[in-house]
Amino acid sequence: MRRSKLLITPVLLWLALFLLVPMVIVVVMSLMSRDTLGNVVFHFSLNGYKTFFDSLYLGIYWDTLVLSVVTTVVCLLVSYPLAYFIANASPRVQTWGLVLITIPFWINFLIRTYAWVLLLRTQGVVNTLLIHFGWIQEPLQMLYTKGAVLLGMVYNFIPFMVLPIYVALEQMDKRLLDAASDLGATRWKAFRHITLPQSKSGIMTGCVLVYVSTTGMFVVTDILGGAKSTMISNIIQQQYLGARNWPFGSALSVIFVITSLILILLFNRAMQSRADRAKEGRA
Amino acid sequence: MHMIELVQIEKQFEGQVVVHPLSLNIEEGEFLTLLGPSGCGKTTILRMIAGFEQPTHGEIILEGQNVTKLPPNQRDLNLVFQHYALFPHMTVGDNIAFGLKMKKLPQAEQKARVAEAVQMTQLTALTSRYPHQLSGGQQQRVAIARAIANKPKVLLLDEPLGALDLQLRKSLQSELKHLQRSLGITFVYVTHDQEEAMMLSDRIVIMNSGKVEQIGTPKDIYAAPKTLFAATFVGENNIFSSGSELFAVRPEKLRPKRETEGVRKTGVIQDVLYLGNVHKLTVQLDGEPMMVTIALDFEDEIVWKVGQRIGVDWNPRDEVVIGA
Repeated sequence: MRRSKLLITPVLLWLALFLLVPMVIVVVMSLMSRDTLGNVVFHFSLNGYKTFFDSLYLGIYWDTLVLSVVTTVVCLLVSYPLAYFIANASPRVQTWGLVLITIPFWINFLIRTYAWVLLLRTQGVVNTLLIHFGWIQEPLQMLYTKGAVLLGMVYNFIPFMVLPIYVALEQMDKRLLDAASDLGATRWKAFRHITLPQSKSGIMTGCVLVYVSTTGMFVVTDILGGAKSTMISNIIQQQYLGARNWPFGSALSVIFVITSLILILLFNRAMQSRADRAKEGRA
Repeated sequence: MHMIELVQIEKQFEGQVVVHPLSLNIEEGEFLTLLGPSGCGKTTILRMIAGFEQPTHGEIILEGQNVTKLPPNQRDLNLVFQHYALFPHMTVGDNIAFGLKMKKLPQAEQKARVAEAVQMTQLTALTSRYPHQLSGGQQQRVAIARAIANKPKVLLLDEPLGALDLQLRKSLQSELKHLQRSLGITFVYVTHDQEEAMMLSDRIVIMNSGKVEQIGTPKDIYAAPKTLFAATFVGENNIFSSGSELFAVRPEKLRPKRETEGVRKTGVIQDVLYLGNVHKLTVQLDGEPMMVTIALDFEDEIVWKVGQRIGVDWNPRDEVVIGA
């Protein structure tokens, strides 16, 4: 008992130093006030939280939630078939599939996102091609729309969804599908009753990763969304850097962390089956 | 009508023949065992009957119907998998009900069938458990219950006891035999354990490198092995040659003699084994490369010593000419 406590001490220290302490600083900061020059003054105030309930910020908060959830759902719909295909391919194709999915990570994230600007802008590749083939007369406004932001998010976070689902599918005992078939299941029913539940852990991990990454992402919104689209993370960034209102930025962060925690908790609760709980009960 | 007819089925993988053309009829209610060392093709035959492999040539007839081209989910038989392949996210009850659900049986019927299957396999108390909460023997029972709940015409079993320890295997063997008698359905059983095959089967098909060595009742195979492989794979045996002919004499048919004159062979005792119910001598024959094993009579009070030179004799009527 004492020995095992000793063994996890480094982990606890690490968590305390790099997770707990910063969180506490943010929470404390959110309850402070700022003076006219933008310095944080140690004087208790709920102004940060009060400002949030301004309709402007509530709207952005709602937009952020919607965009994060939609990004997660679209990522899931695109990634599941891809992960399924890779997991069921020959070892050679599997290796190539995984390499192709990770290659974009070798290129700087900003450059990848700017590449979309080149594709989507009014004189961009897509518009030029569409006009060339005579499908449209006037260039479409694709850049600086919510659609462009969604596209950028989905594009950037697909690997976060594909990889955990791939791992879950790859680890699944394929003999279970033989058993299902032997018991009279069609291919679709075997997928529905065996493969899908067996890959649930991957779906859950992927969804949480993509959701959390989307809520925290402000660069994609800046580059592809222009002035019209703003997310909570953009506001937080502005409050910390431009507006120098750290208490308000911290308050927004605290509110969003809490919202995300509640959402993830509800999501886990909804996805967890009796089997998972039975497993946890034993562990 | 035969329950299963295998008509000249052959299986090749990448040009390599893993099952040579084989014809075999399996009767209703029969317990038939495919016996052989690993890689002999016995599991491939079972998987072809189940529908997971397609024979390269030949036909599989199930109760008069040609099922060669049918996928597994359209064949009225069930397979008990070697490593059970239980669905980990389902309870024992849901695992057993799976096949019934796929066939869209009415709820009440499903419940009755599950109840019957768990009762037959003594799992009634465990229906709401998950597979990971069960012991190996219990998981094995679930695999059987899941298959028999479908009331298949034929139950295929792929080394179902292979992963269990000896004690448990012994007790499950008799349970299986009992279950097969009370269900009256045809069992096609795959094993590499000759003792298991002898104990359970009505008929045994002995296989070696994709070829059938012998088909017969356990008694036939023990008393009159057709090939050298059959003679040595099932039970212990001593092989002698006379001219171009090979013949076998079982250890219990060899008699040790203290005198070395007027006997068929002589040799030196290498080992004296007391194995509880069996007492054995291993003897190195003079002028021959082989050792023979002699099972001793219990009445025999003679004390045999390692290094002792003895005579080895037998009755010519106990010689089994191989291939005759």
